Amino acid sequence: MSQNPSQPMLDRSDERVRHDDSLAAVAKGFIDRVRSGDLGMLPVAVGLVVISIVFSALNPIFLAPNNLVNLLFDCATVGVISLGIVCVLVLGEIDLSVGSMSGLASAMVGVLWVNQGWPIAGAILAALVVGAGVGLLYATLYNRLGMPSFVATLAGLLALLGMQLYILGPTGSINLPYASSLVRFGQILIMPDWLSHTLALLPGLVMIGRGLRTRNQRLAANLSAQPMRALILKAAVLTVALEAAVFYLNLGRGMPWMFALFIALAVILNYALTRTQWGRSMFAVGGNKEAARRSGINVRRIYMSAFMLCSTLAALGGILSASRLASSSQQAGTGDVNLNAIAAAVIGGTSLFGGRGSAYSALLGIIVIQAISNGLTLLNLSSSLRYMITGGVLAIAVIVDSLARRSRVSHGRA
Amino acid sequence: MTATLSLPAKGQSVIRLSGVSKNFGAVSALTDIELDVKAGEVVALVGDNGAGKSTLVKVLAGVHQPSSGTIEFCGQQVSLDTPAKALDMGIATVFQDLALCENLDVVANLFLGHEMSPWALDEVAMEVRAWTLLRELAARIPSVREPIASLSGGQRQTVAIARSLLLNPKLIMLDEPTAALGVAQTAEVLNLIERVRDRGLGVIIISHNMEDVRAVADRIVVLRLGKNNGVFTPKSSNQDLISAITGATDNSVSRRADRKAGEAQEHNGGAA
Repeated sequence: MSQNPSQPMLDRSDERVRHDDSLAAVAKGFIDRVRSGDLGMLPVAVGLVVISIVFSALNPIFLAPNNLVNLLFDCATVGVISLGIVCVLVLGEIDLSVGSMSGLASAMVGVLWVNQGWPIAGAILAALVVGAGVGLLYATLYNRLGMPSFVATLAGLLALLGMQLYILGPTGSINLPYASSLVRFGQILIMPDWLSHTLALLPGLVMIGRGLRTRNQRLAANLSAQPMRALILKAAVLTVALEAAVFYLNLGRGMPWMFALFIALAVILNYALTRTQWGRSMFAVGGNKEAARRSGINVRRIYMSAFMLCSTLAALGGILSASRLASSSQQAGTGDVNLNAIAAAVIGGTSLFGGRGSAYSALLGIIVIQAISNGLTLLNLSSSLRYMITGGVLAIAVIVDSLARRSRVSHGRA
Repeated sequence: MTATLSLPAKGQSVIRLSGVSKNFGAVSALTDIELDVKAGEVVALVGDNGAGKSTLVKVLAGVHQPSSGTIEFCGQQVSLDTPAKALDMGIATVFQDLALCENLDVVANLFLGHEMSPWALDEVAMEVRAWTLLRELAARIPSVREPIASLSGGQRQTVAIARSLLLNPKLIMLDEPTAALGVAQTAEVLNLIERVRDRGLGVIIISHNMEDVRAVADRIVVLRLGKNNGVFTPKSSNQDLISAITGATDNSVSRRADRKAGEAQEHNGGAA
């Protein structure tokens, strides 16, 4: 520290605050945060460890590289839907129709592309536009008529499902051609080993690069900065973990392109939520709508952007699931898709009560959800048991969220 | 278009209301309010609970729309449809309920809706500006990176006041700005009001604390049951002010004063 001791740093002049500089203090700060109910990614980490131990004990195939590759393929479809759910949850709203929306989008791709002979890009675009339109409708119902999103999207759940059945017609199922790029993307396409290893280096490098820049800016502005060692340690741990994961996946088929697309979307959404004015406004509206309005934020436009983004991502998820299953059917988007998408966001740490959340919660949460689903499938359990267990996991996730919130309120960190 | 309005010279009107009324259903919260605030002037708005002070502030902040009447801002007739429009014109408000987002930190709340570089938030510059502003207010905020939920009432109030200064407004309205503040912070807010006035801005302050009002106000406007009920100078007698506020020379405050005086006399008489 090259600071003049007679002139304390701008943010270090209050003697009441403890400052965590050493590594031990950083660890202590983390424990304090968790105890106050700021759980962050902890439930996911614990969940994944427990799931891995239980399922690999029951069936060793669970942790085999190729099973994990399959798992990632499955994660991408519902995960993309879950990214949209994060957006509406941050506002303290909900979209219960994402499953039906994804089903409708998958049906549209099948009907327009296979039956009507549209170019594939046109069919995909049409499905996405319909998704955006549905979101716009929800936002309008909410903004203009004050219809609670819970009710509006519950109505949408049924209406969109009806539309899906209607356009599929009596045949009920359309097979997508196996040789097409869309199906190959959803089933076969894998990143080359060298590329996945290179990309796995990126997060660590970006972390160090941005960390150093912020550090220099902060020190130049006479603000305290993150200690160098902590920064390098974090980046190193992240890089080692990612490289190990990629190495393990490459023992099997490798990293699916579809999952890479999902990660890219999560990174973009995370940037938008944390580093742009739009994201700041989203959290403000989720925390205190009236305060946000009085600060000059166009609250209606924020609701509109979130609902539209959610439905559009749900449509994209439906398209991905069509490519994954190589078919558009009446079953697409039904069953547990809705709840899995919502559960993933909540398990990952996005609060149902609004104002808290992150794009990465969808990424990590969906891995937990799909791991459970995949493990249960490997055990040859019937869907009756699978539904019961997944429902139980969702209930636990919400209970953890509620308890953590209560604890945050009493620790002054709401 | 509105951003080009320039700050009027000292003594000219910053804001002028004529015949402003606001009804909530059958209730007339404000009836034919006249108010004129000049540049470089502090106008105190006083009145009992329910007199319509906060409603008037919310009308000027664009939170409520008046049912009738005209508002002139810097010499031009304006309509304040949304809070954003009022803010852009240069009307900054510290609301009684502070209107802060508890889940965001101090920096985010200060810059809410007006962040620096919207596509890649400049957190460092915002944090530096936040510390500078809070220093000016002698704020005792331990960390600007803690969520507002962890701050005390007085600290929150300081944050709300700091936020109103951020956008270089032409008119500042403070609804009970010193209600939750400590001795030093109250003095700083009063100093600040004087500094802002000397820069030629218009200030409207609502307070129940007559001491604070007399200390800084150039004029005291009394509201009673949603209507104008007289304009006073800080030198006016307490008796006059209180009777204007409560609407009668015989009121609970005067009765209490009389009773106390009577008791004191009796006491003195008994001792003699």
